[in-house]
Amino acid sequence: MPVVSKSADLIQKYEAEILQDWVQVQLTSVTSRPDLMQKAELQEQSRALLQNVALALRSGADVADIKGAAWHDVRDFLGLVSESRARQGFSPSETATFVFSLKEPLFARLQRELAKDAPALAAELWALTVLLDKLGLYTTEVFQKGREEFIQRQQRNMLELSTPVVELWEGILALPLIGTLDSERTQLVMEALLTRIVETGASIAIIDITGVPTVDTLVAQHLLKTVAAARLMGADCLISGIRPQIAQTIVHLGVDLGDVTSKATLAGAFAVALQRTGLAIIRSPQRPA
Amino acid sequence: MDRIPILKMGEYLLVTVQVDMHDRLAMTLQEDLADRIVKVRARAVLIDISALEVVDSFIGRMLGSIAAIARVLDAETVVVGMRPAVAITLVELGLALPGVRTALNVEKGMEILRRSLETSRGNGAATEAVAQPTDADAQG
Repeated sequence: MPVVSKSADLIQKYEAEILQDWVQVQLTSVTSRPDLMQKAELQEQSRALLQNVALALRSGADVADIKGAAWHDVRDFLGLVSESRARQGFSPSETATFVFSLKEPLFARLQRELAKDAPALAAELWALTVLLDKLGLYTTEVFQKGREEFIQRQQRNMLELSTPVVELWEGILALPLIGTLDSERTQLVMEALLTRIVETGASIAIIDITGVPTVDTLVAQHLLKTVAAARLMGADCLISGIRPQIAQTIVHLGVDLGDVTSKATLAGAFAVALQRTGLAIIRSPQRPA
Repeated sequence: MDRIPILKMGEYLLVTVQVDMHDRLAMTLQEDLADRIVKVRARAVLIDISALEVVDSFIGRMLGSIAAIARVLDAETVVVGMRPAVAITLVELGLALPGVRTALNVEKGMEILRRSLETSRGNGAATEAVAQPTDADAQG
């Protein structure tokens, strides 16, 4: 278990000097971004990280295991730094460089102090390198996790937005589908449709696929599943919005839509639905002027 | 409960499943229904499964075979009140119950049965008759 006892003492002893050197290194380096962060904030961030690392080192934390409890505070702090820097517009590698850049002043100090003890110097350098590399990579991990959560949230929002079930007339529902149908979405679409059938007591549902870019065998299978589920609830389904290219694809792929009525336009399907429910639209004798 | 009650109302037989169906209960129901259809000369069977929260593949197939048996005995079957979750499960299981008529609730189910009986007697309204041509053919 490599514990860097000498570095811990050293940081405690020369904290102010190391901090000053470090901030100087960061300000003069080519990766410095004065447009994104003021000197005062950089100084404060550096001071807090150095202090946190020093505290963890002094408590005898294992440098090879930054997932351990001893590094909890450091991890928390780096997480916050990563998030705030991402918001400020730093790239993940710039944030990682912030941590890596601590090596320069720290190693310089170590070299000066341990000049006479080469084996100890090598051991300390190695341990600190391992530690700082891991801490730097950790900020990248946090950044990536944040991004993934963001994408997942957007995906969820998109799924919710993309499954509206509208009531066209009493007893007639329409389900305008937009975007590709995968199995997860089919599940949501099905649930939304069936729930609305129960709520409205609809006997006919029109699935409009004008917004579905491609219909392959899998998408067709998902559509037929939805139709079958609606039928089990006592509602007939019509499929509308089949574009010419889609019709060609369906035939060329040999997709069998079974006995589901399909119409080219939503208006056509609506007319069929009205007919089946015994309704008709007539022109009023008094035409509006 | 070892039996699901079957109620007679004119030419209709009503079954409402109020407990979770286990396999033996479903088998018994199938036998009882076949007996009753013959005994009372029922023309239509309505099965209400709105209280069923879980339907497995066996029960799903059983519903299909009940409908098929009734059809052989010249009675129309409609299954009503299936829950959305149950419908999705059956479809995922690949059991779309192709031979079974379905309706959202008892009221709509009765409407379907009444219409189909009228059609089969040949005095149904002409506009309604086109809705179920297969039944009309079967009844001659």
